[in-house]
Amino acid sequence: MSDPIYWPSFFFLLFAGIACAFAIAVVVSSNIVRMAFYLVMSLAATAGLFFVAGADFVGSMQVLIYVGGTLVLLVFGVMLTSQDRFISMKTSRFELGMAAGVGACLFLLLLFAAWSVPEWRSLSREQVDAIALEPTATPLGMALLGARVDAPESPDVAGYLLVFEIISVHLLVVLVGAAYLARAKRKGSAIAE
Amino acid sequence: MMPLFANILTEPVGVAHYLVVGAVLFVCGALCMATKRNAIGVLLGIELVLNGANLNFIAFGSRYLRDSQGTIGLDGQLMSLFVIVLAAAEAAVALAIALNFYNSFSSIDVDQADQLQG
Amino acid sequence: MAQFLIAKDIWPWLAYTLAALVHIFLLLNLVAVGALLFIWMERKVSGRIQDRLGPTRVGGKFGWLQTLADGIKLLTKEDLMPEGADAFLFKLAPYVSFCASLSAFMAIPFAGGQYPFVALHMNVAVFFIIAVLGLEVFGVILAGYASASKWSLFGAMREAAQVVSYEVPLGMCAVVPVLIAGSMDLVFIGDRQAGGFWNWYVFHDPFTFVTFWVYFTCATASVNRAPFDLAEAESELVAGFHTEYSGLRWSFFFMAEYGSMMAVSLLASILFLGGWHGPLPIGTGLGLTFENGFWFGFAGNVLGTANILLKGIIGVTVMMWVRWTLPRLRIDQVITTCLKYCVPIAAMAFLGATLWQYALPNRVFFGLAEMRPQSYAIEEVLPNRNSQPADAKPVSVTAELNRTNHRANIASLD
Repeated sequence: MSDPIYWPSFFFLLFAGIACAFAIAVVVSSNIVRMAFYLVMSLAATAGLFFVAGADFVGSMQVLIYVGGTLVLLVFGVMLTSQDRFISMKTSRFELGMAAGVGACLFLLLLFAAWSVPEWRSLSREQVDAIALEPTATPLGMALLGARVDAPESPDVAGYLLVFEIISVHLLVVLVGAAYLARAKRKGSAIAE
Repeated sequence: MMPLFANILTEPVGVAHYLVVGAVLFVCGALCMATKRNAIGVLLGIELVLNGANLNFIAFGSRYLRDSQGTIGLDGQLMSLFVIVLAAAEAAVALAIALNFYNSFSSIDVDQADQLQG
Repeated sequence: MAQFLIAKDIWPWLAYTLAALVHIFLLLNLVAVGALLFIWMERKVSGRIQDRLGPTRVGGKFGWLQTLADGIKLLTKEDLMPEGADAFLFKLAPYVSFCASLSAFMAIPFAGGQYPFVALHMNVAVFFIIAVLGLEVFGVILAGYASASKWSLFGAMREAAQVVSYEVPLGMCAVVPVLIAGSMDLVFIGDRQAGGFWNWYVFHDPFTFVTFWVYFTCATASVNRAPFDLAEAESELVAGFHTEYSGLRWSFFFMAEYGSMMAVSLLASILFLGGWHGPLPIGTGLGLTFENGFWFGFAGNVLGTANILLKGIIGVTVMMWVRWTLPRLRIDQVITTCLKYCVPIAAMAFLGATLWQYALPNRVFFGLAEMRPQSYAIEEVLPNRNSQPADAKPVSVTAELNRTNHRANIASLD
């Protein structure tokens, strides 16, 4: 028995609507804390879009690192600098208008690009239902270690071991650098050692 | 363009639909970077831009949106993993810079950071 | 369940909705009734520890209905909002906390086997739960900011610093059982520990034993329980982030807190304490498995659910015991505990567990006993891409096959 509504599409619309609405709210709002909250909603809805596209590991990663880590950090920064005059800073009307114009042009360009390739249109229902579900976490982990279990038939598909190592070292450097930059040199600074 | 929207609820979505959402996020992020005067607001804009790009990577890597010949497969997910991790690093460093700026100038307005303008 | 209904010729959308509603109903009740129970328990435990009786009047000798009386009191309280507060965020904050805490229950299985009791059978369940529990902090931060009170703001800032720090060791500890089981699927991890307490991962090797205690410490910290409840340190910050809250909104924060306490305890019992498998394999001994028929297996699963809930409640009780026994730490001590003790210990335990697993594969109970072969093949299951709870399609890749694949791949790497 077939269903009139294709549910993955319904969830795509739901998450896409939330993501876009809150992204626009980030631009329109002038209160920095509300902006951060809208951004949280937008990014969480993006994680939902990842789930709908079958990327469950990346979706969880998005919630864990982006929403739970990076944005908490940013809100922390907002609170450290929260004086009344910085909480809501208005932009001049002329700048806003100009930005809106440029943004609209950019968006139309991207929209045109997105619709211009026929291969990027959707598959039929039968085609999608025929695709077997596969776990993503294991192949992703193996790919980070340099072995591509997802493409065994093509040996020239590269793994990402070197990239993984570089990023690890980069993160270490960033950790040390950020700690050094934010080190409390002054007495009575708000930053905890 | 219209027929694609007409049957969006009854048919699977494609890469193009994801690209549109990605475009909205990207443009919003770019506008945010351009118009906000609060340094942390600019940072929030960067996060939005990165997320729009991430969404495109995921869409191109998903087997549900295109047939398996056309997708970039797992590489899309791997790329977006790297983007997420690097965005976290970027946020940490940028936040440290913003806090340092605030401590030296008691302001978080990016328009006042013009010492190097000469 | 949705598949079952579809097989009965019901419209798919109705089947999905019904299945989803049943799951939501059960989980919501678990959190709400759990909060009722835990608030009563908290009063009783604190009373006994302080040599008092605790509530004795409402609802009989043991004060069973004390929480209900509290609830009615909270409902009738005036709903206050401070002047200068950000109304929108102030009203929203408690619900953000509660939603985060509730959605963690979505991926927690309560019994395993071929037909696990779980609302959303995810391949990356461990990761998902830790991620979602991390979102609870957002409610607290928003509450702290929106209250327009410096006490609240201080509480929220402490909370932000604390939770972001404690997520690191928490994740490291949760990875150790994942490493041993070879999967992030909680149903799989739980069923690997079947057949008696010597199979539990807490006793797998000395490193997992250490990891369990580090996990419990970090979990206590990440759900803001004393001695880590800096965000609501009442001796310094009035009541921290919820200073300005009253009535129903305040109680939502508490439901969220007790909900996430239960969630981390359940996660601990699945990851380390065998989950739905008791210390002795009584259910299996009585033949309550799916091999003897569906209803036998169902009864076994109900037994398993009782088992895991009991473990979760014991975990929460230990957290209460700790709260009323230890003094609160200072903020610098909290961060020191995390970064100078928990992270290095967790990292060393992770390394140690890796080496142990490499040296003594297929041994359990500190390497003293042989690992019991699985009685049935556990299939790796993916979330259905409808993002609907209740329907997970097993795919043909069994975990055994997966592990063989890994070995082959690692061999080819060398």
